[in-house]
Amino acid sequence: MRVRDTNEILLQVEGVALSFGGVRALKDVSFNVRKGEIRAIIGPNGAGKTSMLNVVNGFYHPDRGTITFKGRTRDRMQPFEAARGGIARTFQNVALFKGMSALDNIMAGRTLKVRRGLLWQALRCGPALREELEHRHRVEEIIDFLEIEAIRKVPVGRLPYGLQKRVELGRALAMEPDLLLLDEPMAGMNLEEKEDMSRFIVDVNNQYGTTIALIEHDMAVVMDLSDRVAVLDHGVKIADGTPDEVKNNHAVIEAYLGVAH
Amino acid sequence: MAGGGSFDTFPKLLLRNAAQFGAHPAFRHKDLGIWQSWTWAQVAEIVRAYAAGLHRLGLQPGDTIAVVGSNRPKLYWTMMAAQMLRAIPVPVYAEAMADELAFVLAHAEAKLVAAQDQEQVDKVLSVSDRLPQLDKIVYDEPRGLDGYDRSRTIAINNVIEEGRAGLAADIALRKRIDDFVQAGNGSDVAVILYTSGTTGASKGVTLSTQGCIDAAIDTTRFDGLTHEDVVLAYLPLAWVGDHYLNYVQGLVAGFCTACPESSDTIEQDRHEIGPTFYFAPPRGLEAMLTRLMIRMEDASLVKRRMFNYFLEVARLHGEQVLTGRPVPLSGRLLYALGRLLVYEPLKNALGLSRVRVAYTAGEAIGPDQFAFYRSIGLNLKQLYGQTEAFLYVTCQPDGAIYSDTVGPAAPNVDVRIAESGEVQFRSPGMFVGYFKDPAKTAEAMTPDGYVKTGDAGFFDEKSGHLKIIDRAKDVGRLTDGTMFAPKYLENKLKFFPNIKEAITFGDSREFVCAMLNIDPVAVANWAERNNVAYGSYQELAGHPLVYDMVAKDVAAVNRSLVEEKALAGAQIRRFLILHKELDADDGELTRTQKVRRRFIAERYAPLLTALYDGSYEADISTEVAFEDGRKGTIAARVKIRDMQATGAAESLGKAA
Repeated sequence: MRVRDTNEILLQVEGVALSFGGVRALKDVSFNVRKGEIRAIIGPNGAGKTSMLNVVNGFYHPDRGTITFKGRTRDRMQPFEAARGGIARTFQNVALFKGMSALDNIMAGRTLKVRRGLLWQALRCGPALREELEHRHRVEEIIDFLEIEAIRKVPVGRLPYGLQKRVELGRALAMEPDLLLLDEPMAGMNLEEKEDMSRFIVDVNNQYGTTIALIEHDMAVVMDLSDRVAVLDHGVKIADGTPDEVKNNHAVIEAYLGVAH
Repeated sequence: MAGGGSFDTFPKLLLRNAAQFGAHPAFRHKDLGIWQSWTWAQVAEIVRAYAAGLHRLGLQPGDTIAVVGSNRPKLYWTMMAAQMLRAIPVPVYAEAMADELAFVLAHAEAKLVAAQDQEQVDKVLSVSDRLPQLDKIVYDEPRGLDGYDRSRTIAINNVIEEGRAGLAADIALRKRIDDFVQAGNGSDVAVILYTSGTTGASKGVTLSTQGCIDAAIDTTRFDGLTHEDVVLAYLPLAWVGDHYLNYVQGLVAGFCTACPESSDTIEQDRHEIGPTFYFAPPRGLEAMLTRLMIRMEDASLVKRRMFNYFLEVARLHGEQVLTGRPVPLSGRLLYALGRLLVYEPLKNALGLSRVRVAYTAGEAIGPDQFAFYRSIGLNLKQLYGQTEAFLYVTCQPDGAIYSDTVGPAAPNVDVRIAESGEVQFRSPGMFVGYFKDPAKTAEAMTPDGYVKTGDAGFFDEKSGHLKIIDRAKDVGRLTDGTMFAPKYLENKLKFFPNIKEAITFGDSREFVCAMLNIDPVAVANWAERNNVAYGSYQELAGHPLVYDMVAKDVAAVNRSLVEEKALAGAQIRRFLILHKELDADDGELTRTQKVRRRFIAERYAPLLTALYDGSYEADISTEVAFEDGRKGTIAARVKIRDMQATGAAESLGKAA
């Protein structure tokens, strides 16, 4: 299933700048994401990583620069347009419906795929029922894939953090996105949970061929996972390339470890 | 009830089931959230196609095929398909480490391996350079196996499809498969089950087809199992219990085997399936009861009162109601009310509502737990058996149940006690021999053809049932000549909810000492309710208050020993609480969760020395294996507590 070898550009970010009042979060950042790859954006705290992600999925509007996704260039886009266009995301601090079960949360990810109207859905018969069963089947595949059968019916608020993250990934997968944005998928996890999550990310990419752009400040995890890594520091892209290239880049080492005087 | 006659092999039984109960479900498996079912007719067709596919992969009569994974229909079908070709299935423990797996695959000379998923395939491939005879790996779940070498790994689905296509196109192949089924007979080797290795390296127990089927005919008749019954297959495939109770009895009685969705969902799956025949090892029942009691602590006051009141009613009358003995009218009415309000809802929550017959075996079960399950109307019984017997040696008949016996000899089984006190038996299902090990086989048999169990026991005079005390070679003596039965003491200790595991020492020593493991669930719960703060298992285990609490339990065991003349001198004089949980991955327990005493004595030698040299603490550093195979070390300083021996007079004084 892996389509990593193509050089087709799925997402092109060109000269993006973003400021909040006097704070310049992003200064002229450009990078691209190729179809089928795992692309990482890393950087120390406050480097502008999450801002970058929010620009891509339309939550923030850049002051300058353009976003080209699947060949269409936009300067202003709303989050729901991004979702319809095939961009799914997870959040740094898990944004699930806490009172709903893991299953219902993932089902919520199918919202945009529902064809029948509200009335049909409310009656829950005939074509609407058939459609719901199709969606449920798809969701069950994701549950199986993420190995969360045992918590299917458990309200997510009662789940440990690592599992909540997994449910959130499930919800994003339920959208069958062309581009999956992961905001610090390993934040706050222990080593075992991190390894599990890494495996799921690689499996998603392998099995479904989903293009993944992920943000992370833990460099070690990212290096094993990604095809290419872009490094941000104080809103500027300071390096971009394969994990090996980035690891040996002086600017990166300085940004992470400080400059030796 | 059926079986016998001309159905002397498993493929013949399969065809009989397809003919007699064709439309009845044979297997269920929860997949993608939905219970999938296969009827006996469908299974017969699939297994035949699968056998044809395996035949094309080169599986010959007498070849061995290893089966590694959890309880999945396709893995059970692998065994059926292999037996259809007169090849020999060798189930292997799914959680075996790569080295253990390599040992079994090499010893059994497995030509093919049927693996459940990527994890198992990877494990087999990682040791494949040590397995020259290994040809191909077939697998159930294709996820993650896309990029693997196609010449070595094939999906079971593809094997079945190719077999099916082959059968449709090739008359000669159809005939060959039919010939295999016809040629099969009762003297064929049915399966090789590797023992879990309580006593060193595991041995391959070879069982004959006729023996397996005869034994299962007796026991299915004994418990009245029919094609209407349902079991939940959740215990390791490689364990004799699963193979006997589910696979062989399933084929003989024609009942339905349901496979859980995953190992984490067993409770839910049991609730949904509602098995009618159920087996659980004592520790499974223990864990179930502990969780239940913890949940009850959080219930509302009214519910808790009701629960306690009706459990008391059940304690008084439950056993009599279950065995149909006379009960006073008031007791009968109260019990009926309790059934409505507490027992049935409780059994329903546990997924035990429909169970007609339940067994437990493998270890001694706590009398209180045993009585609890029986009092709420679960027909729980005990059996005693071993792999070499193909399970049953003794089992309790309905109506004659005692918590401290394992019942009279099973049908057609001949049991005797040797002069040494060892239990010996002859049974229909008894093994043919250890695979490729005639010396060990000869060691395990008496000259007149009885199998030595290695267990010491006696027949209880009152009930005529067998009582097992301990492993025969583990029964020892203190230096003053007092009899010391370690397992007997350990079981008494383990019946306390705070103590999960216990190992006692005393053979050729002056007095008895114990190493204990606390039960993390029960003790953590206690700690929470008593505001005891701790950061890790190690810290909790070493906490002085935990020591105080456990010391009370040990004292109670000592008091109970006073009543038993022969063992009164073998009271526990010193004990310690281990800083880590005993774990099969570290070799401290067998895969069936039995303690390996000798190994522990070596591994914790500094602690053992300290127990006997009078010191009050000792340092220990041990290597541990993590689940992913990495190794690390744990170091700790373990405290030792002295106990006072209880004298007979003192105990009498207390009783007065």
